[in-house]
Amino acid sequence: MDWQALSVSLKLAAWTCGLLLPLGLILSRALAFRAIRAKAWVEALVTIPLVLPPTVLGFYLLGAFAAHSPLGAAWIGLVGSPLAFSFEGLLLASLIFNLPFAVQPMQRAFEALPPDVREAAWVSGLSGWRTFWRIELPLAWPGVASALALTFAHTMGEFGVVLMVGGSIPGETRTLALSVYDRVQAFDFAAAGQMSLTLLVVSVVAIGLVNGLSTAFGRRHG
Amino acid sequence: MVEGLQLRLAQVGPIPLDIALSCAPGEAVGVVGPSGAGKSTLLRAIAGLYRVRSGKIAVGTETWFDTETGVDLPAHRRAVGLVFQEHALFPHLTALANVTIAMGHHPRAERRDRAAGILSRVHLSGLEHRKPHALSGGQRQRVAIARALARDPAVLLLDEPFSAVDRPTRARLQAELIALREGLLIPMLVVTHDLDDAARLADRLCVLDAGKVRFSGSPAAAYRDVVARTLLLGDVAPGDPAF
Repeated sequence: MDWQALSVSLKLAAWTCGLLLPLGLILSRALAFRAIRAKAWVEALVTIPLVLPPTVLGFYLLGAFAAHSPLGAAWIGLVGSPLAFSFEGLLLASLIFNLPFAVQPMQRAFEALPPDVREAAWVSGLSGWRTFWRIELPLAWPGVASALALTFAHTMGEFGVVLMVGGSIPGETRTLALSVYDRVQAFDFAAAGQMSLTLLVVSVVAIGLVNGLSTAFGRRHG
Repeated sequence: MVEGLQLRLAQVGPIPLDIALSCAPGEAVGVVGPSGAGKSTLLRAIAGLYRVRSGKIAVGTETWFDTETGVDLPAHRRAVGLVFQEHALFPHLTALANVTIAMGHHPRAERRDRAAGILSRVHLSGLEHRKPHALSGGQRQRVAIARALARDPAVLLLDEPFSAVDRPTRARLQAELIALREGLLIPMLVVTHDLDDAARLADRLCVLDAGKVRFSGSPAAAYRDVVARTLLLGDVAPGDPAF
């Protein structure tokens, strides 16, 4: 078992979930409630990581992170080290390839809220912010939880983008999914099997937990 | 000093409106008219949920909306009680919490007792801890009324208050609302498409059609008025010389 790779995977998944929660909430809520002129295009951009081959997405991201690119150069100017093949670069890539997994379930959950319930909150004296905390978030929570579970499980399992952008540097960018591949290449099937089982269990537990919580929530609120 | 609710709203589209209306404190005005007449839009404009192109809405000495001076208070800053057609209760909160949530203007320690008091006024004592899905249509309507009153509104607005309940519940709710009105010294607007409902509840009727006030007067006069009768009961054909 490559514990270092497991630690990198868990750290990446936790950071991705932690950062995508507020970002996903802002974006999904805007897509659900605001009259955005280019909504179809924004939705298409959010969906692209779902349909694009991960290696293609990774290739473009690698280009964007390169030292001579505007983003890569700005990053070097800011922190002094390159973005490509670093944990921070991997995290940025992870945020991008997880966008549809985070945004879509949240957006569907917000869209399912009856409009008059939000209006009832406003006429009950609740500001937009309090309406979000007291009404929208509790009602959309199953969708938000699904988004987090999918993001977590998907980050743990992503291979193509992680390999392209991270380069499988032990302790820095080598995740458990990459380590499984390495072990198979080295004919160490026992270790590969152990790590694959770990990934399978983590994914099943994450999704099962959220589905169970959503069902319980549905029972409580009729 | 301006008393009660005073408004004038005008726009050509997308929903045509040309309405001037006043409602004194303690007075109940029934806003009636066929579907698409602009009744619900009128209530939504007063509540701050719909922005009309031009006009003014003032309650007492406070201006909530005035296109000339650029005043447009957001819905949460207008002291309005709005009872929605489909109740629009918060499904994840108990009846009590549905009411206390509208009491942000009271100290936290007082909200629970005040909310319980209002629920008792609408005959819901003992059901405070039920969630909306565990209440009947009539009980949900009472919670919606309690929530609207919890805001200590300067204006009470009811949008088709009896459309989502059965006939016996409708009669009971009407009687309760009439009794409840006695203690309320605020302007009250009741939107309905049913002339009989409006006549029972309101002191004065305002008949709307295509966004325009076609009749304003007592319920008895509305029954005698040809235009009002035609719009609401359909007894005179549009081609009739009396129209």
